[in-house]
Amino acid sequence: MSTVPPIAIVEEAIPDEKKRRRGERTIRIRGNRPGFWVYAGLTVVFISAAFPLYWSFVIGSGDASSLRSRPWWPSGNFIDNAISVVSNPAVNFWAALWNSIYSSFLIAAAVVITSTLSGWAFAKLRFLGGPALMAFVVATMAVPQQLGVVPLYILFSELGWTGQIGAIILPALTSAFGVFWMTQYLRQAVPDELIEAARVDGASMIRTFWTVGVVAARPAAAMLFLFVFVGAWNNFFWPFIVLDRQNPTLPVALSLLQSNYFVDYSIVLAGVVLATIPLLLLFIFAGRQLVSGIMAGAVKG
Amino acid sequence: MSTASPKPVRVLSFSQKVGRWDLKFSPYLYISPFFVMFAIVGLFPIGYTAFISFMDWDLVRNSGTFVGFDQYIWILQQPHFWTALRNTFSIFLISTVPQLLLAVFIAAMLDRNIRAKTFWRMGVLLPFVIAPVAVGLIFNVVFADNFGLVNGILTDLGLAPIPWHKDPFWSHVAIATMVNYRWTGYNTLILLAAMQAVNREYYEAATVDGAGLFRQFTAITLPSLRPTLIFVIITATIGGLQIFDEPRVFDQFGRGGAGQQWLTITLYLYDIGWGQWNFGRAAAMAWILFIIILAIGLLNLFITRSLVRDEGRRGDRVGRRTRKEVAR
Repeated sequence: MSTVPPIAIVEEAIPDEKKRRRGERTIRIRGNRPGFWVYAGLTVVFISAAFPLYWSFVIGSGDASSLRSRPWWPSGNFIDNAISVVSNPAVNFWAALWNSIYSSFLIAAAVVITSTLSGWAFAKLRFLGGPALMAFVVATMAVPQQLGVVPLYILFSELGWTGQIGAIILPALTSAFGVFWMTQYLRQAVPDELIEAARVDGASMIRTFWTVGVVAARPAAAMLFLFVFVGAWNNFFWPFIVLDRQNPTLPVALSLLQSNYFVDYSIVLAGVVLATIPLLLLFIFAGRQLVSGIMAGAVKG
Repeated sequence: MSTASPKPVRVLSFSQKVGRWDLKFSPYLYISPFFVMFAIVGLFPIGYTAFISFMDWDLVRNSGTFVGFDQYIWILQQPHFWTALRNTFSIFLISTVPQLLLAVFIAAMLDRNIRAKTFWRMGVLLPFVIAPVAVGLIFNVVFADNFGLVNGILTDLGLAPIPWHKDPFWSHVAIATMVNYRWTGYNTLILLAAMQAVNREYYEAATVDGAGLFRQFTAITLPSLRPTLIFVIITATIGGLQIFDEPRVFDQFGRGGAGQQWLTITLYLYDIGWGQWNFGRAAAMAWILFIIILAIGLLNLFITRSLVRDEGRRGDRVGRRTRKEVAR
């Protein structure tokens, strides 16, 4: 594999005069710009992706009867519905929002730090047992989360941590996927000569890591941060087990919104929209990085 | 990298000793934060789950009495377990197969030389940032029995409404749709990356050879996707058999339906552990799930390998033949 970091793949997506000229070869090979049907197909795909969100805003801005009357355009009750979501004592929306923000942030930061350190060691340092440990890390990625929840629950109830956000942060602080990801990236992003040069110049191991490794790892670390953040934010199974309605995360709070015998869907969907806004903002600003992260990971697959 | 000091080694000075020590132990120091944490919150629970699964666990004393394989036998004798197994597989198949076909198709469209590439790619990925629970709640309104979007339209058209929550098959279709909504775009991008890695000269040769777009797709693109398809299928298996979030919020009770229409394995595990508070049985259930995932994962690996390998040979031959003809 070339020494070009896999992030370079997206570069071609940026419209740029020079790049377009380079792309001319591609145009000739794959025929002209595709016709109407490709854009029509993609438009259908785009509408299917966006419509459920739009629809939840339509219902979420109506009232209890709007599901029955099936309007196609939003009504004016969104603010009222949102207020009844955040003031619902059974749901604890603000606590959930704050819990989601800081737990996801801490988890993502910790995973990036531990993964970069381990990834650097596995990718660029030679040590006894390294390859075997790496194979072990990869193998554990197939282990389902369900296999750990019973002992973790027993452990945290012994510690008196059930209902505490610490109980969802602590088990998520490391990720085998993260180590695998950083190892793969650093292996090809940093030439060995660079490390040797640093060592010859008298840099200690930690200084080499800091000045060569961390600098090179930054793009991959940013992507890993995004993925872990989104994953932690959306995680439901374990938080649902160990947290309660006094101190939930957003997905747990959302599931509580419809746990009544009478369900007013306009309020449930207003809650869904509210809870989705933070990640939609993240997507608008960092969606491009998510796209290139998924595509970069795939090539090495 | 392997030599700490460029000087020939004579009597080691203090700093040289430190340098050697640094070189030798630094790697272990760097991997230790991961492995220490991982041992506590990853390895220990897995082993302890196995231990608990052979126990009749007492929640008050937090200890158990050894009962051998009784918990496993108990689970295998439950009709609910077999229903949950059937439902999990049914939802897994209805979600994975159309999802991958659709992903290959969309990726092929994105692989064309389209304008505004980044826009379309981001559009495809949009559902990925929405939490599964939120997706479930949104689609509950689409698939509601009485006034849902789909049934409303069907009724307007004079057709019979679909019993989304009464009939097992239709409840599986509804839940599979939620899964497909969230994951199709993600898999599309993975497949798109693999498609872009294909050497464009193959297409050039095929075009010169007179092969149409469809022929190019089946003879060049699909065979090149083999390793990526295997990766995507394995990941979909590991994730799909664990499904919990969407069936949990499919109605307000979260028990998998009055007649267990959409009870899945993980939903059943939750019910045994935190509904019936029987941790020994829940632990046994977790191990059974793990074994099922391993078995299906390996089976998938073998099937996909043997299926796609043939295509790979064919694709290679076409590539060589077309290249030869171009040379002529």
